[in-house]
Amino acid sequence: MGEGLKKPVITVEGLTKHFGGVYALKDVSFTLYEGDILGIIGPNGSGKTTLINCVTGFLKPDAGTVHFKDRDITGLAPHKIARLGVTRTFQVMRPYYSLPAYKNLIIPLWSPRVRKLGGWRGGGKHGDRDTVAVDILEEIGFERDSYVPYKLASSLPTGYLKRLELARCIALRPEVVICDEVFSGLSMSEIATMVPLIEKLQMEGMTLIMVEHRLRELFRVANRVMVLSYGDKITEGDPEVVIEDERVKEVYLGWEGEADD
Amino acid sequence: MAEEGRRKERIDRGIKIRTSGLYAISGWPELFYLIFPRFILIAGILSLPLVFSFAPYWRRVVCIVCIYAMLSIAFDFLANFVGLINLGSSFFIGLGGYLTAILNAQWGLPPVLSIPIATVAGAVISTILLLPCLPLRGIYFAIVSLMFPLIFEKLIQAFNILGGTNGIVGLDGFSNAWWEGYTIIVVTLIVLFGLRRLVNEDVGLVLRGVKDNDQAVKASGISVTFCKALAVFIASGIGCFAGAFLSHLYMWAGLSLFALDFSIMPIAATVIGGGGTLVGALIGSFILVPLSELLRSFGTLRVVFYSLVLTAFIIFKSEGIMVYAQRKYHQFERWVKV
Repeated sequence: MGEGLKKPVITVEGLTKHFGGVYALKDVSFTLYEGDILGIIGPNGSGKTTLINCVTGFLKPDAGTVHFKDRDITGLAPHKIARLGVTRTFQVMRPYYSLPAYKNLIIPLWSPRVRKLGGWRGGGKHGDRDTVAVDILEEIGFERDSYVPYKLASSLPTGYLKRLELARCIALRPEVVICDEVFSGLSMSEIATMVPLIEKLQMEGMTLIMVEHRLRELFRVANRVMVLSYGDKITEGDPEVVIEDERVKEVYLGWEGEADD
Repeated sequence: MAEEGRRKERIDRGIKIRTSGLYAISGWPELFYLIFPRFILIAGILSLPLVFSFAPYWRRVVCIVCIYAMLSIAFDFLANFVGLINLGSSFFIGLGGYLTAILNAQWGLPPVLSIPIATVAGAVISTILLLPCLPLRGIYFAIVSLMFPLIFEKLIQAFNILGGTNGIVGLDGFSNAWWEGYTIIVVTLIVLFGLRRLVNEDVGLVLRGVKDNDQAVKASGISVTFCKALAVFIASGIGCFAGAFLSHLYMWAGLSLFALDFSIMPIAATVIGGGGTLVGALIGSFILVPLSELLRSFGTLRVVFYSLVLTAFIIFKSEGIMVYAQRKYHQFERWVKV
């Protein structure tokens, strides 16, 4: 993979988090390199979402450090981390239900990060946010001329809500997007249209972390895969190598069949 | 009233859709459709001091109604657009009232200066005081906000500061009843239409995002505490203006400014008028406050009437008057086969 040439974007060292006596994360370390797609897999309750929460500041880790580029972002407030360009989707989708789909994007577009970056289409310092919002939604698979972008988020089906989550991240013009199970709950055909989107984001220079249960689709897009089990990092490496690893097979034993449906 | 085999379907009126964009200016019916309800409201409120020009008591009531209306609009804004249930509206009234009393009666500033200064200073002080509670959500924020007026009332009482139980007397009144009436009416209308505009601007959408789900706002790189502080600043500014105006109206600032009435009435008005519409809060106040004045002759029994009205509304029309009216205005209903 030529890791020596790539710049590390996120460096996690010795991350530990426990809830009472239960360790959700035990001494997890990894490095995310620029332009990579890192897949994180593991059985239910293995600490994947906790890891994301710790990296993006939604939870404060009990031990360990998180660096974004050269900056220590351990325990920084979530909005400050997002402002640096590390953004995330939520596993349980969190759209603004009372707003139309395209108005959902006004909120990231209003954020200090986007206002500072400027340079949006539509003239002015940040252009007309409504136009930009519809542009982004079109990019992510909402048909511009249909009524879908203008419908209330509460009336959209799951497939569109997942896209809306992703669109909310992209609107922030991030450097790192952390996707928490964007494929789950989607039909095969919906996933088939989501995969090119992920690849497109990578081509546009974004670095991605994908937490996923859909192994087949994940292995299509991910450069590297990391396996967690009960808060422990079991292994990390190329997808082909990881899937042949004995320890990984052991963790997944008994339900790999269903995961790959 | 669902019957077997059919249900009610609601469809937007054609004219509502035609007036939603730039096409609203395409013809007189569309313009009329948009302007008529607003015109009725504005003209109706502006004409009140004229209608009651020979009834000074009721003219005073109109002023009080407007004060409650501003509080209700601020409550509706915080509760239904930002997600902060503020049970301590009277804190804003008391703060604005006492500040203007100090500025006017003790420092000698004219009301033209003391009211705006009390408004801004009151908003700053309440925002700073509420800042530590802003990470709280829902019922927790509600409980803390309920405490603030009680704390201040007891502090003034216990330490006998700011006139103690007698209050501060000797504030300047308004030079004439027309000034008094139209100042508060115009400000109320500005507040109403200003906030209605604000919640649909980009900043307002961010505030509504905080109510819908604050986690996603955080993930979008926006500080939720900043948004809430901004909303509290706006709402407390409105409340402090109302309080400052009220104490100049009474020419007195006392402990009754922290009374529970100022906290409870806005909630009741919002429930009756319809939450989330802003104008509903105003209409609710225009029903409830005069009603409680009318029932004054029943003495303590008026609380019973009052409670009955509230209970009836919550049971039979929990959506509120304005939500119902807006639906009837914008949509028609028809029965369709299931």
